[in-house]
Amino acid sequence: MKRKTFFLFLIAIGLFSCKQEPYSLSKIEGGQIPVSDTLKAHQEFEDLIKPYRDKINRDMDGVLSYAPETYSKSDGKLNTAIGNLMADIVYEQGNLVFKKRTGKDIDAVILNHGGIRSIISKGNITTRTAFEVMPFENSIVVIALKGRQIDSMTHYLSLAKRAHPVNGLKLTLDKDYNIKESLIQGKTIESDKVYYLATNDYLYNGGDGMRFFKPNDSTYVLDYKIRNAMIDYFKKVDTIKPSKDDRFTQTQ
Amino acid sequence: MKRRTFLQQSTAATALVTIGGFGLQSFNTATKSKKITILHTNDVHSHIDPFAPDASRNANQGGVARRASLVEAIRNENPNTLLLDAGDIFQGTPYFNYYGGELEFKLMSKMKYDAATIGNHDFDNGIDGLYAQLPHAKFQFLSANYNFKNTVMDTHVKPYQVFLKDGLKIGVFGLGIKLNGLVDKKMYKETEYLDPIESTQEMTHILKEEEACDLIVCLSHLGYYYKKNPKRICDLLLAKSTKDIDLIIGGHTHTFLPKPTVAQNSVGKNVLVNQVGCYGINLGRIDFYFDADKNKTADGASIIV
Repeated sequence: MKRKTFFLFLIAIGLFSCKQEPYSLSKIEGGQIPVSDTLKAHQEFEDLIKPYRDKINRDMDGVLSYAPETYSKSDGKLNTAIGNLMADIVYEQGNLVFKKRTGKDIDAVILNHGGIRSIISKGNITTRTAFEVMPFENSIVVIALKGRQIDSMTHYLSLAKRAHPVNGLKLTLDKDYNIKESLIQGKTIESDKVYYLATNDYLYNGGDGMRFFKPNDSTYVLDYKIRNAMIDYFKKVDTIKPSKDDRFTQTQ
Repeated sequence: MKRRTFLQQSTAATALVTIGGFGLQSFNTATKSKKITILHTNDVHSHIDPFAPDASRNANQGGVARRASLVEAIRNENPNTLLLDAGDIFQGTPYFNYYGGELEFKLMSKMKYDAATIGNHDFDNGIDGLYAQLPHAKFQFLSANYNFKNTVMDTHVKPYQVFLKDGLKIGVFGLGIKLNGLVDKKMYKETEYLDPIESTQEMTHILKEEEACDLIVCLSHLGYYYKKNPKRICDLLLAKSTKDIDLIIGGHTHTFLPKPTVAQNSVGKNVLVNQVGCYGINLGRIDFYFDADKNKTADGASIIV
């Protein structure tokens, strides 16, 4: 046995004259290198990127509409001009698809305050604006909900105390954030009536703690991205005119 | 014991003979040292261009063309380099919205990435959207705990790959995050998520015992650590619960580590865990030095972080 090993070893030396030994790990050095502007951009990579970048920039900078003011999600306590605009766009654009498909109308819209990712600056509105405000790929979903679940939603809103964008809903809280009045399409909410509530797929699946969408009578996935709804809306509106209003307020 | 001594003497003799015979080349042999460099990114999220100079965060940082220069310089310095990505290549800039990941894959291929694992956002255009971009990817996708058997990705993803660099075998395997609850089912379809620890045990057994790898690297999109949910599987838990991994390259949590973490595995050996934030702002670099000094073992490897 020993002899055999010895011969094998000799053969190994013959074959791999300098690789006969097992290498073992002796030292590890680890860290990271910042990819900063002191590094020169590799020209071949720049050349590959350029046509893609140019096409995007051409599209992104095309003017779609005009903003007479700068709108930020922080310029209101329970409702803001930009949030109202978002909810109104989801209502208007979403309803075009929903009505065509089902013959019914959307009753109300709820989005989340955190989903507004950027301001809309005074001046030209471009496709880039839509990408900045809504970088995610979320799509519009319409859910058939009984009135009692709409009550869970208004309860959620009263606890959240945030300017989550809404449309079709009028919610008034008293000074202690208790619900004083809640109306859908200007009427008292009936607990057994079915309402069609539009939101996005992220919230529908429980995002931002919104757990009142399930269970439900039915769900309509419109396959219509929020960002595309914004772009389509901006294309048909020469100047946007969003405003803060009385849809979600607190009385003193 | 006797045999060991004999081997040592024989090799010493061989080395001396070689020095006499081959000059400079044999000098390299006599030093008996090898170096493997592992470069890595994670969560680049379609950030092809650097952040703008007026960006409120990360101004002037990142950029694929700059990273390409850096990688090229490191490869020139050490050809025995592997370039790896820990997932979430997709989603985050209009490059993805417009081209679905085509340019991301083309640039990674041109930069000669060796392998990548699959992140949750790589399903953002559905598994069909990922599949559609495969012709642009000249690197290997690795995932040991996603079973793609009943999907279009079947046969396009391997659990592991062994890379041979300077005669050393480097085994790399991939791990993905639990998709249910994170990604819409209509996006990942019939992709089956398997337990990462069980998959790792299987991988390390194959790579250590069957493939006899000199180095085992785990490319993970599990996330570094979940403070609010410390029992959730993450890279630190994986490091602690398994053995035979030398390096875990992480992603998902966009964790900017000031330096790589040295964790202890289930048998008390060191495991390096690294993650470099996100958006291509940093390039991770780990250098492994090997030598033929039989008095040293992997346990004794010094770690400089």
